[in-house]
Amino acid sequence: MSKILAVDDSASMRQMISFTLKSAGFDVVEAADGIEGLNQAQQHKCDLVLSDVNMPNMDGITMTRELRGLPDYKYTPILMLTTESGGDKKSEGKNAGATGWIVKPFKPDQLLNTIKKVLG
Amino acid sequence: MSAVPAEQETVESLAEAVNVASDTIDQYLTFIMDNEEYGVDILSVKEIRNWDSATPIPKAPSHVRGVINLRGTIIPIIDLRQCFGMKAIEYGPLTVVLVLQVNAPDRAYREVGIVVDAVSDVYSLEADQIKPAPQMSDKVNANYIRGLANIKGEMVILLEINHLLGQSDLSDLSEVRDVLKQVEKAVH
Amino acid sequence: MTIELSQFFQVFFEESFEGLDVMESGLLSLDPENIDNEEINSIFRAAHSIKGGSATFGFSSVADFTHVMETLLDEVRSGSRSISQDTVDLFLQSVDCLRELLQGLQAEEEVDTTRAVELRGQFEEILGVAPGAETTGEPAAGPQSAGWHIVFNPCEDMLQTGNEPVRMFFQLAELGQMTVRTDISRLPSFSGMTLENCYFSWEIDLIGPAIAKSSIDEVFEWVVDDCDIIITPLAAEHSVTVDAPAATSVPVETQADIPVPAAATSIDEPATETGLASAKDAAPAVAKTGAPKKNESGSIRVDIEKIDTLINMVGELVITQSMLGQIGADFTFDKIGKLQEGLQDLERNVQVLHESVMQIRMLPISFTFNRFPRMVRDLSRQLGKKIELVVKGEQTELDKTVMEKIGDPLVHLLRNSLDHGIEKPEVRVAKGKPETGIVSLNAFHQGGNIIIEITDDGNGLPRDKILKKAQANGIVGPDAHLTDEQIHDLIFQPGFSTAEVVSDVSGRGVGMDVVRRNIQELGGHVSVKSKEGQGSTFSISLPLTLAILDGQLVRVGKQVYIFPLVSIIESLSVDMKQVSTVAGACDLLRLREDYIPIIPLYDAFGIEPDSRNLENSLIVIVESEGVKVGLVVDELQAQQQVVIKSLETNYQSVEGISGATILGDGTVSLILDIAGIVKMAQGIGINDLSSGQQAA
Repeated sequence: MSKILAVDDSASMRQMISFTLKSAGFDVVEAADGIEGLNQAQQHKCDLVLSDVNMPNMDGITMTRELRGLPDYKYTPILMLTTESGGDKKSEGKNAGATGWIVKPFKPDQLLNTIKKVLG
Repeated sequence: MSAVPAEQETVESLAEAVNVASDTIDQYLTFIMDNEEYGVDILSVKEIRNWDSATPIPKAPSHVRGVINLRGTIIPIIDLRQCFGMKAIEYGPLTVVLVLQVNAPDRAYREVGIVVDAVSDVYSLEADQIKPAPQMSDKVNANYIRGLANIKGEMVILLEINHLLGQSDLSDLSEVRDVLKQVEKAVH
Repeated sequence: MTIELSQFFQVFFEESFEGLDVMESGLLSLDPENIDNEEINSIFRAAHSIKGGSATFGFSSVADFTHVMETLLDEVRSGSRSISQDTVDLFLQSVDCLRELLQGLQAEEEVDTTRAVELRGQFEEILGVAPGAETTGEPAAGPQSAGWHIVFNPCEDMLQTGNEPVRMFFQLAELGQMTVRTDISRLPSFSGMTLENCYFSWEIDLIGPAIAKSSIDEVFEWVVDDCDIIITPLAAEHSVTVDAPAATSVPVETQADIPVPAAATSIDEPATETGLASAKDAAPAVAKTGAPKKNESGSIRVDIEKIDTLINMVGELVITQSMLGQIGADFTFDKIGKLQEGLQDLERNVQVLHESVMQIRMLPISFTFNRFPRMVRDLSRQLGKKIELVVKGEQTELDKTVMEKIGDPLVHLLRNSLDHGIEKPEVRVAKGKPETGIVSLNAFHQGGNIIIEITDDGNGLPRDKILKKAQANGIVGPDAHLTDEQIHDLIFQPGFSTAEVVSDVSGRGVGMDVVRRNIQELGGHVSVKSKEGQGSTFSISLPLTLAILDGQLVRVGKQVYIFPLVSIIESLSVDMKQVSTVAGACDLLRLREDYIPIIPLYDAFGIEPDSRNLENSLIVIVESEGVKVGLVVDELQAQQQVVIKSLETNYQSVEGISGATILGDGTVSLILDIAGIVKMAQGIGINDLSSGQQAA
């Protein structure tokens, strides 16, 4: 079973993502900011990371850069959850090593389809 | 309709004794008052206990016997005899309290204890065994009676306790008394 | 698979309200001249989260509104735009508006978006975009073709971003019949190779009925910026021989056709069905699904620490229980010491458990205080005054129910201080005071109570004016000798208001008497200290919790009732010389200067007492809202804390009774509602009550 790390400071988004992924049979680890995300990533070997960009303490871009520095996460797909207005965030995320992005708002089905794209 | 809570041994065994209800068969617990037999839906019976003293409520009418402590919650005890306009009797060793869970139409869920003379039996009744309540005058609320059942030649009055005990004001149940009088007149 | 989004609504609303609070307090402390980075970031993040959530959960009215706010905030935080005090005001108004919108949505009401649209228009004006203009358009569906030729030349480090070409090919294969040729010309010699890099490039022919270019774009969406990708339609005859884009390429015909899954041939579905950018269409559909639970205050957020304490206590309780169980299993009298020890442990466990459970209901009073900075700011503008609010002790904890009910009285007292207490700047300067007035809110615990003080350095209470008014209204006699304290207390009398002008801010209908009554209903009291010209302090004392009551057990006949200790003034044995009997009215007890009506509780409650003889009987003097009555009872028993249980859960409210409790022996005892009994006495005339007539 693939394990997915979901990082978002919004509890409702985290719940929605986590519920959707679990319903599709994935194992889910949650974190509320980049620092928690890094900790979780080191404790669990995750097959995919989904991360919000704007978060307190450590943002998603910094976390991605840090993750890519870890041997376990060199090739792991990392998807940023960005809003449509965050055009420059996409390239910033890419430069930090993100695989791609999912544009907010998304429906549960869209999330799963995108995940299939990288875990398929 | 909610299931009988598992911790209520009395009721559980009663329910077991008559097997689990199917869709068309409802089970009724019956009790006696003044030689008349009444039935209530067994799923609404939470517990059967012996009469024990209750704390009276100031200025409550005589059919409200007071409140008791049922495992930490406060529940009222209603004397059904007096509710139905029968003569009050001394409580004896057979006097029992049926604790009922009432899903009231115009208020939230509540639990109420009713004092009856004695518990009688449990019957499984199919829908076609239950006759509608007799015609009543327009003045009274016929909702209190679910119907009548003829069991071994005896008439059992099935009560609709969600309406009967679900009223927001339990201190005035005079309407119930009027309904019962008319039903009894029709039955006998 | 369908996921019911409504199950997340409650969490979304809760966090959005928290976010709005963050925005509000951030905006209030924001200095437009000197913007603090962390401050503006947290405001931005809050707006951003609300926008993201509301868009996801289909609340488009909120999402559209927060979008423009977020855009402006983003420009401010990146330094490309300055912000004026007026804009801060606009943001604050928007926070209010959003709060209302969200409350409406939470309650599943029809929401009025007029105000939101209007405020949004103001933001759009500032931002210089056309009103209502969408900032992003729907991506065009793009051309379709029966075949495409794709040249895919990835950058060397593509693999290091987690993008895997094989997965892309699988996706392409779902679109149609695919032929892939791999170009290995970039492959360096073995020694010059870095394992992590990608040296291949590919040429792909994709053939199928009407493949939209956008679905191919989507496959390469994440890599299009760092790779060379050329997508061209195949000629109509979809001949495989296509003009090679690069002369240097060495085509190697290797890969066979990747098999096309049967299901994937139905590609005439609109591409946006699976597209990522189509969520805009999705939003309205989501809005219809499910319903958020109507839940105002049914839930409580509990600190995990408190839960842990509770779990630990339950653990200890289990240990004690098993120890007692062992003693009981083969009990001999030499174990009596151990038994006592065990019972002591049990008592201690239960007590701590009790305290921990009560702790769960406790919240810091900041939940109530939080709204005041905003209120002070708005009101001082409205009143043309300069006022600084100082808040202390906002971490002081208070029962949630008490907290919910103390909000309005506090608002009233605070408004009163702002309106009548603090003077206008010019007046203050003329008096030699600093131009800016200070109102402080302070909360602290004191012996089982919480004390909340509202202090202002304003005008103070006008002693003579109050006295004159009270005399004019007949509240006090013309020759009454009153201390300053007693005079100040007169402002809590019903119908008393000294404000010369009934202002919009505080003098609207509700008087200080209502404030006092509300506080007394919570089992607390309020008092005022004031020095003319120097300011006033209102002090509220409240019980920490409503669930527990300090009670006096009182027996009447066979019944034991609980009197709230706080309302008992004294108890005494009746000396008939002090009683004046008036024909047709109730007996009065002369106590010092007061005449106190005597109410035999047995008559009021219709029960049989030990004795009906007033001589030498026991009277408990109780007070509610300044009215004293004497209740005749048979015996005073112990004082103890009792847990309040509702009668209404399973029965209904009873006049003169506020609830019930369970005594040590398991029996139920009723708790007297002193205010209700006094009201009963006043409402039906004390005559009727004392002669035992039933209340209406």
